[in-house]
Amino acid sequence: MQRLSHLLGTENLTREQITFILDQSKPFQEFQRYPLKKLATLRGKTVAVAFFESSTRTRISFTTAAARLGADTMALQAESSSVKKGESLIDTVRTIEAMRPDGIVIRHASSGAPEFVAERLEIPVLNAGDGTHEHPTQALLDALTIRDRKGGLEGWNITILGDILHSRVARSNIHLLTKFGARITLCGPAMWVPRELENMAPGLRCTTCIEEALEGADVVMVLRVQTERIHEPALAAEEYILGYQLTAKRLRLARPDALVLHPGPMIRGLEIDPVVADGAQSCVLEQVTNGLAVRMALLYHLIGGAPVDAPHPAKDRSNASD
Amino acid sequence: MRVVEKRQLLSAEEINRTLQRLAHEIIEKSEGAKDLAIIGVRRRGVTLADRLVRSIRAFSRADVPMGILDISLYRDDLSTIGPQPSLQGTEIAFPVDNRDLVVVDDVLYTGRTIRAAMNALFDLGRPKRIRLCVLIDRGHRELPVEATFVGRDVQTSDTEIVEVRLQEMDGEERVVLVDRVP
Repeated sequence: MQRLSHLLGTENLTREQITFILDQSKPFQEFQRYPLKKLATLRGKTVAVAFFESSTRTRISFTTAAARLGADTMALQAESSSVKKGESLIDTVRTIEAMRPDGIVIRHASSGAPEFVAERLEIPVLNAGDGTHEHPTQALLDALTIRDRKGGLEGWNITILGDILHSRVARSNIHLLTKFGARITLCGPAMWVPRELENMAPGLRCTTCIEEALEGADVVMVLRVQTERIHEPALAAEEYILGYQLTAKRLRLARPDALVLHPGPMIRGLEIDPVVADGAQSCVLEQVTNGLAVRMALLYHLIGGAPVDAPHPAKDRSNASD
Repeated sequence: MRVVEKRQLLSAEEINRTLQRLAHEIIEKSEGAKDLAIIGVRRRGVTLADRLVRSIRAFSRADVPMGILDISLYRDDLSTIGPQPSLQGTEIAFPVDNRDLVVVDDVLYTGRTIRAAMNALFDLGRPKRIRLCVLIDRGHRELPVEATFVGRDVQTSDTEIVEVRLQEMDGEERVVLVDRVP
């Protein structure tokens, strides 16, 4: 299995690599239950956490993951930085690089920004969300949640509900889950679920009818209505609720043991009925815990250790045959 | 770089007798095994710990709990050995506080693995006592670590490696001394 040097998206990950990341997240899930949640594994390493787009949850998750591994973080937030003064992305990133972090976690409003950075820097780059392109750690934590709750990741009927067109969460999930034989249904108002999306993967289907989409689903992923992303007042909230809110009644169309996932933050009463959000089928809190575990596993593997092809001076000294 | 077998240190029968003896020693020196627990260090320490626990159960009927420790996150050589070792996870189902722990590993060499194991255990709680049980002590300590229960002491040189091969993992049962030859 090819070891990763960056995590830019799920589209180019193999099944083996994805399975490896999920397996390696398990010890970190366990770790979240320890009384003392502090390791020295990445002690002395610095992780630059560069968020050029607003986020609280993902940023805190990555920062906590780094801290629990013993690493230090360098925080860059767009609002409070030179980016507002007009500095280009590459200059900002070169400046950070000059402070010699051991890795960079980047969220940016432009699709492709992490790859752009990875091509120019010598350090591992982790994509925390780029434009409408990918949000790989979200898809990985969703996959871990599904795998744990359902006992496996293979061949599920997955329904993704909401503004698919503008959703990097949807895209990363589609790329990942189709590698495991998922049958995916995309559902939302017509202008957010264009038919071209069906070209993303075989077996993908689009529908504007929520009842049809939920029929027989094993997993329902509810996306947030991203008011900061759309530039036209596309849909009134009342219409969205009427047509696409995941209510308890609608959820009953899915399989009785269907999971409800939401990347967060939820707008209770808009895309999701509070009863469903707090119900037994909802996995939202596990998703958050799993997010921490996945990010710790990724930081451990990508930022810890020597570069993959470095010489190994200490290797010969060990008696370890394991 | 080739690996050449120099001599056998323990046969299958000797491994078994040694483990039986160690199991008896542990119970004898644990004042009634009250808070005793055995912790195997991945990977071979786990197999050995499992055998010790079974042996103890057979002759004393004491049901001593067993835990599994993965020390990968606590190693001190991570930045020099290459890509990170895959994690296999720690599984200790009981609280570590006030426990009389015996940590089990196959070979004691520099002592760094046991230092890492102790750090891992301290992250889980505050044991009453930690003692070490190893099948082979090959010397060359680099840290002040000692084993209370030792199967066999073996004199080795720096280029040599002690290989503990166990049926469950390697398909054969013997301990050999091998040399690295350029």
